[in-house]
Amino acid sequence: MITAPVTVPEREHYLNASYGLKSWLLTKDHKRIALLYLATITFFFFLGGLFAVMIRLELLTPQGDMVQSETYNKLFTMHGVNMVFFFLLPAIPATLGNFLVPLMIGARDLAFPKLNLASWYIFTIGGLFTLYALLSGGVDTGWTFYTPYSTTYSNSFVIATALGIFIAGFSSILTGLNFIVTIHRMRAPGLTWFRLPLFIWSHYAASLIMVLGTPVIAVTIVLLAAERAFHIGIFDPAIGGDPVLFQHLFWFYSHPAVYIMILPAMAVISELVAASARKRVYGYEFVAYASVAIAVFGFLVWGHHMFVSGQSVYAGLVFSVLSYLVAVPSAVKVFNWTATLHKGSIALETPMLYTFGFIGLFTIGGMTGLFVAALGLDVHVHDTYFVVAHFHYIMVGGTIMAYLGGLHFWWPKITGRMYPEILAKLSALVVFIGFNLTFFPQFILGYLGMPRRYHAYPDEFQVLNVMSTAGASILAVGYLLPMCYFIWSLRYGKIAPDNPWGAVGLEWQTLSPPPVENFDEIPIVTHEAYDYVSLPNGSVTPKKEANVR
Amino acid sequence: MRPSLPLFPEQASSFAADVDALYFFLVALTAFFSVLIGGLVVFFAIKYRRRKDSAPAVIEHEGMALEMTWSIIPLIVSLFIFVWGASLYFKISRPPGDAAEIYAVGKQWMWKIQHMEGRREINELHVPVGRAVKLKMTSEDVIHSFFVPAFRTKADVLPGRYTTIWFKAEKAGAYHLFCAEYCGTKHSGMIGYVHAMEPNDYQNWLVGGTAEGTLAQRGEKLFQDLACTNCHKEEGTGRGPALALIFGTEIPLEGGAKVLVDEEYIRESIVNPTARVAFGYQPVMPTFQGLVTEEGLLSLIEYVKSIGPKKGPPKPPAEANRKTGEARSKTGGAKGKQ
Repeated sequence: MITAPVTVPEREHYLNASYGLKSWLLTKDHKRIALLYLATITFFFFLGGLFAVMIRLELLTPQGDMVQSETYNKLFTMHGVNMVFFFLLPAIPATLGNFLVPLMIGARDLAFPKLNLASWYIFTIGGLFTLYALLSGGVDTGWTFYTPYSTTYSNSFVIATALGIFIAGFSSILTGLNFIVTIHRMRAPGLTWFRLPLFIWSHYAASLIMVLGTPVIAVTIVLLAAERAFHIGIFDPAIGGDPVLFQHLFWFYSHPAVYIMILPAMAVISELVAASARKRVYGYEFVAYASVAIAVFGFLVWGHHMFVSGQSVYAGLVFSVLSYLVAVPSAVKVFNWTATLHKGSIALETPMLYTFGFIGLFTIGGMTGLFVAALGLDVHVHDTYFVVAHFHYIMVGGTIMAYLGGLHFWWPKITGRMYPEILAKLSALVVFIGFNLTFFPQFILGYLGMPRRYHAYPDEFQVLNVMSTAGASILAVGYLLPMCYFIWSLRYGKIAPDNPWGAVGLEWQTLSPPPVENFDEIPIVTHEAYDYVSLPNGSVTPKKEANVR
Repeated sequence: MRPSLPLFPEQASSFAADVDALYFFLVALTAFFSVLIGGLVVFFAIKYRRRKDSAPAVIEHEGMALEMTWSIIPLIVSLFIFVWGASLYFKISRPPGDAAEIYAVGKQWMWKIQHMEGRREINELHVPVGRAVKLKMTSEDVIHSFFVPAFRTKADVLPGRYTTIWFKAEKAGAYHLFCAEYCGTKHSGMIGYVHAMEPNDYQNWLVGGTAEGTLAQRGEKLFQDLACTNCHKEEGTGRGPALALIFGTEIPLEGGAKVLVDEEYIRESIVNPTARVAFGYQPVMPTFQGLVTEEGLLSLIEYVKSIGPKKGPPKPPAEANRKTGEARSKTGGAKGKQ
């Protein structure tokens, strides 16, 4: 559409409508807030990544020789806290979700723009607390804060870190609330529930968890702080508490939190598969319902983290069978995405490569979930590297693959620039190889019996650990590359057309980058999502035709 | 050291092979589905890749049958794995009735093992081959987890309560013992070995070491040192109930409830005596929390378990088979390390 050099006569869009720091820090535009989040979580991602690199370097040799045990314990704790609470949880919803939910439903903004900005401030303040804890000495409890270690025995900055998580939790609640209200109330005319993109369904399901689950972790943190600061006996048996109670409360939130991370990833994958194959997602209704089913069942399986904690054998049975039930809707989604490719017209650009990566790694991550949900087998692999590998396949192989795929897919819409395709394909390959080399050996390590959170380990585990560290260094390159070329593309990237992928979503029917108000005219929707039959070239130019049809 | 690349842990317990069978089944299942999905994705991506002259995507009829198939098959497979895993879990969690008991106490950062016959060890556990062994475990501080990969079992060790783990070693040898629940700075140093020994060697080992009396004998000594006998008189005339033969019975409580006198209840009655008071007694017993170590508590429990019916006064039967001149203070003895 436009091939002009870098200086085109600029029309007004959300990025150039106003300038200056204040115009960003006081913005109520969901698109700008998404970018604020993007910058913030990228910072935390690289911070968490730095800790990961140091962990892997320490584990090159069996002896604990690079850092002290105290330091090592702080490294894996801060890695977990940063990655889970300040990167993975907000990664897709707060950036891509924030940017795309209004665009996809044909709205001018979220329902509560000021609340949206507030949620970013709250998140950032939470992050600063955690950063403060880190700079003043760190925390060494593990991201799980198990009691009574965290309340009575740890000499590190537990309360400051936990307070950071507590505060950031409110941003999660507000974002979820904002999405729910927006999706209910602000859909464009004609956009019925079953015409919604699956991205919206998944975000809706994730938002339910954010709103209903996050208060539980907030309460848990308050109880933890009350015991640590005021010695009120809640979790420490020495003062009359129950240490396992903490685990129940913690996992009641933290297991559903996994679905806050993975549902938005599934959201992205559904969009990418449909757009790349130019086909409606196979079994749209199944996939939509599966999202809600995952969110609901996700609240009932927390006890599968506690099979060896001393909880009753019968509780174990119930949590195990429910965990298998929640596996089914996830499996259905994988089959449906695969079936969508059948007889599609498949474009093999970078977003699709990440999608393939996601499907493969999520399959392995999900299948290994069957191992850890099997009661008798979990007894052996619980708290070993097998579990570490399993959840990295879900969170890194799943969520981060989808996040990167989504960033590439919507980058032209967000910035108005194309990323460099060949370099992007190369780095997708580097990520895939690096990821597998890092985490696959950890399954074997875990089954061999290497416990997680070990600073030093027996000699026979070394070869697998060296492989893992080698993989991590490749993975680090794979993550740095997109960071570099995305920044490069802001200035030197090709100017993006409005709809580079020929996709039918409403977000592609507006300009790239979108105007401040998203749409010149609110579209009227007359088609199902992914209706590539009626709209064979994706968007229809001029766009108004598509809208009014 | 020669670099080695082990892929699979040793099988050294009675149920290790059963756990591995489920593992291999799941590995095969994972390989099957990963190859199936991965293969289909790659195949479709190549076969239906978009070319300049590509036909537009074909929209297929979406049959319910296909979707039901791939919902119901995973459901059935999942439930099959669930049943398999659950039956294994029952086997792993339920010690056989004839299992030999050993006590273990976790603390930052060591494992303290106490054999009934008297030997104590740190970070080492000697067990006989071919005999089921049951560990009753507790922690002095934070949560630990007793993990022996070669036995394919682990159990968390909690402060303030007793948890149980059992296994039957099938092969003599030394096997890694790990703490699997993160417990602080030297978590990765809270390791040791389980030595599975042929029964004869084990018997020899058990009677070796420094003689310091059986665990029950040490408990009895402590029982007297703490002046428990002042109230828990053998005739039952004291301010506390008589304890002979009380273990394993159900006793009425103040307020009408009943309680089974097990290790847990005895422990609670020592550290938190007013929590559940036996019927007919006043809540006058002081707490011994902080005055008795976890090992001391174990010896007291073992003593209470050993008190039989009163024979000739004043000594209970446990006293009768006491060897000569040995009851040492609870902290004085050698650690029984080989």
